Order: sequence, then structure tokens, then C-alpha cells
Amino acid sequence: MTELATQPKQPNWFSRLAHPGNFMAWTRPLIMPLAVLTALAFVTGLWLAFFRAPLETENVGTTLPILYIHVPTAWLSQFIYGAMFAAALGTLVWRHPLADVAARAAAPLGAAFTVLALFTGALWGRPTWGTFWEWDGRMTSTLILLFIYLGIIALWRAFDDQLKAARIVAIFTLVGSVNIPIIKFSVDWWNTLHQPATLITSTGPRMAPEIFLPLMVMLVSFTLLFVTLELVSIHTGILKRRADSLSRQAAMGSAA
Amino acid sequence: MIDLGPHTSYILTAYAGVTLVSLGLIVWVIMQNRSVKARLAALEAQGVRRRSAGPTA
Amino acid sequence: MSAFFAIVGRDLKLAARLGGDALTLVLFFVMVGAVMPFAIGPDRVLLAQLAPGIIWIAAFLSMLLGLDRLFRADEDDGSMLLFRHAVIPLEAVVAAKMLAHWLLTAVPVLVATPLLAVMLSMDGTSWGETALALLLGTPALTAFGTIGAAVTVSLKRGGLLAPVLILPLAIPVLIFGVAMIGAPVGSSAAMLFLSALSLVSVAFCPFAAALALRVGTE
Repeated sequence: MTELATQPKQPNWFSRLAHPGNFMAWTRPLIMPLAVLTALAFVTGLWLAFFRAPLETENVGTTLPILYIHVPTAWLSQFIYGAMFAAALGTLVWRHPLADVAARAAAPLGAAFTVLALFTGALWGRPTWGTFWEWDGRMTSTLILLFIYLGIIALWRAFDDQLKAARIVAIFTLVGSVNIPIIKFSVDWWNTLHQPATLITSTGPRMAPEIFLPLMVMLVSFTLLFVTLELVSIHTGILKRRADSLSRQAAMGSAA
Repeated sequence: MIDLGPHTSYILTAYAGVTLVSLGLIVWVIMQNRSVKARLAALEAQGVRRRSAGPTA
Repeated sequence: MSAFFAIVGRDLKLAARLGGDALTLVLFFVMVGAVMPFAIGPDRVLLAQLAPGIIWIAAFLSMLLGLDRLFRADEDDGSMLLFRHAVIPLEAVVAAKMLAHWLLTAVPVLVATPLLAVMLSMDGTSWGETALALLLGTPALTAFGTIGAAVTVSLKRGGLLAPVLILPLAIPVLIFGVAMIGAPVGSSAAMLFLSALSLVSVAFCPFAAALALRVGTE
């Protein structure tokens, strides 16, 4: 017992796993398997979508294949903001360096997938609605979400001091996440006000299981792609901080 | 080749765009990782090392 | 409480001494409104129809334009350091500065609306509704703007960034603000939403902005 008392307090399992150095050590062997898994999931999803599922349905016609890339990218556009929200809490509440790096890594990925959601949505809208852009509630709020992502990226880039940047961006991310439901609500409300005639709904009320399965596989594939890219970006971010502090150290050493 | 119907061009453009951007992201993420690792290696070659790594090699 | 009003009074006095700022803002507001007919055409019927939207856009842009000086001067001359150690919490200081900023930006714009209303051939009721909508909506714009200004205060090149950050967040204000014009006064849902948005954002923004100021200026 006396031996135990003199030992320093052991950090809990979470802080041990999340310590940047340890995090790199235990996640590095995961990257390759994750990348392979992502590729396999994509191949399976596309095979199911194009060779096992019907290529057209009554409500969306022959444009059905766009569903398998539009829904996952739209899901990621919101999921990544959720991840950034969690990271922002980590930055503000626990001041955790890993949360800072994770939030910074996620922003460009989120913006890219939001662009893809809008791009596939526009290409889907043209044949089904007759127009590339419709001020439809979902499209409009996705566009505003893209603006928020771009603002966050601009904010990250404007700061020299990354520690300060992380906390400021975290505050803004939290403000944004409080606002996103309000924006969604107001845009839906505005849209119904201006366009009483409803358009063809993009997805039917009931989805055939042979379409639902490839969609789920594609959702998992895109999420895995994000997780893999995020993980590599976190490693890059941690190494970049290490390199920055080393070059500062070198500069101070040569000045002394 | 499978017949995608009258809207083939839209479907192909959508898939091409998603493929292009996804590949672009992958390449960008890997390039950044490489460049940071190269920077670290260059710094270590200069003899700069982390304080936590100890005073001597 | 006296400290709160002292800060409001100080900001108003500073603005009065320097002068010009409120006038420039009004000038910008009127000019944005006056430029629209050149883009749209001098059709009086069309202009009257678009006038509430034009006035809202002009007010929106004017409010965004003035954001940078909300905390910039205090940060530059060191007042911010004093505010952080003032007898009242920083949140209250931010609220006081917000109130002063609203008085210095929204009120001049509101006063100038009749001028634009005449130029855009609006009738009396439609002007009244627009002015009421602006009165209810500008507190929310100021509140969001305060966050934008607080987040960018430690940046030397923050001038353009704050409007870009705040614009998407402020879209609901614009939606409800324009929607309540033309709807029956008092009973419209848009008016209630707009008022709720203003109240909630004014209540929460001082906390978010004060947090950002603490981090940004430490």
C-alpha cells in the first residue's frame, strides 16, 4: 500500500488514449486496415447498387443511382459538423490538444462533402425537377452550412497562434451549431411561404429493401472514408505542431 | 455495359464529380502528411530534437 | 448598474466627439438603397414591390459594415484590458457595448428609412411595417455582429472576416424580417419569430462574445 501511495495518480483510460503521442501510436496500425475496408465497402456498395438493385424506380425514374452518392454526402455534411461540435466541446471544456487538431482536420473535409452534396443534388434536380438549382429548404440550408464551413476554414487560417485559433473557432462552432437548427427551421418556413406547390419528393416514403441495402453500404463506405481521412489528417496535425515547436526551438537556439 | 437510361450523362457527371473530389481529398491528405513528415525529418537531420526525447541521442 | 451605463455613455460620447461615423453609415445605407433602382430600373410599381427587401438588404449591409469598430479601438488603446478587470463582469461590459453599438448603428438607419421609402415609392403602411420589422430585427443583427467582432478582435486583418462569418448566421433574421412585412400586424408568426430570435440572441451573445474576448485578448 505504501508503494501505491507514492506513485503519481494514474490518468484514466480516456486521457491515456487521447494523449497525442499515445493516440498516434495506437491509431497508426489502424490506418491501412481502415483504408482497405473503405475500398472494399465502396466496391460492395457499387456492385450492389448497379448489379443487384433495380436501376430505376417509379418516383425518381432512371436517376436512381444518384441516390447512392447524394444521400451519403449529404449525411456526411451534417455528421462532420456534429463531429466538429464534439471537438469544440473538447477544446473548450478540457482544453485538449487532440480536440483542437481534430476540429481543424475536419473542417475542409466537411466543406468538401457539402460541396459534393450540393453538386449531386443539382445534377439530380435537373432531370427530376427540371432545374439545377431550386430554393428548396434542404438545398438552401445545405448551402448556408457550406458558408459556415468556409467561414470556419477562413477563421482557422487567419490566426497565427494555433492554440488561440482552436478556442476561438470552437466558440464560433458552438454558436453555429446553436444556429443551424434555427436556420433550417427558418428556411423551411420561408420556402413553404414562397412555394405552396410542392415538388416531387426526392425519396419515396417506402424504400424497396434492394435499394435500401446498397444505400446503407454506401453510407457506411463514405463514413469510413471520412474516418480514414480524418485520422490521417489528425496525424498530420499532431506532426505539424511538433514540427512547428521544433523549428521555434531551433530558431531560439540559433539566436542564443 | 449497363444501360442507365435517358439521364446517363447526369448520373455519370455526378459519379465523376464525387470520384474526382474524393480522390482529390485523398491525395491532398496524403501530400500534407508527407510534407510534414519531410519537414520533421529535415529538422531532426539538423540535430533539433524534442526536449522530451532527452538531451543525448 | 452605473458602470454599465457609464460604458454606454462613454461609447456614445466617443462616437459624438469623433462624429461622422453614424453619418457615414446612414450615407452608406441610403446609397445602397438608391443604387438599386439603377440595377432594377425606374419602374415605380416594381420598386414599391421590392422596397421592403431593398431596405432590409441595405440595413443588413450597413450593420455588417460597422462591426469592426465594436471592439477594435478598445483592443488597440488598451481599454479592453481595463474592461477585463472592471467591477462588472466582462459579459455585462459586452452587453453595454452592444447596446451602445445598436444605438449608434440601428437607430440612425431607422431614422433614415423614410428617405428611402420616398425614393422607392413605398406607401405609409408598408414603410411602417418595414420600420417595425427593422426595430425588432436589428437587435439580433447587432447581437450576431457582436460575436463576429469578438471572434475576430485579435486579428489584424479581421475586418472582412467578421461579416463573412456572421452573414450565414443572420439569414433567419432576414427571412423573418422580410416575411412580417405585408402580413397582418400583431398576429403574424414571422413577427413573433423575429422578436424571439432577437430576445434569445441578445440574451446569449454577451456570454459567447465575452468568452471569445477572454480567449482572444489573453
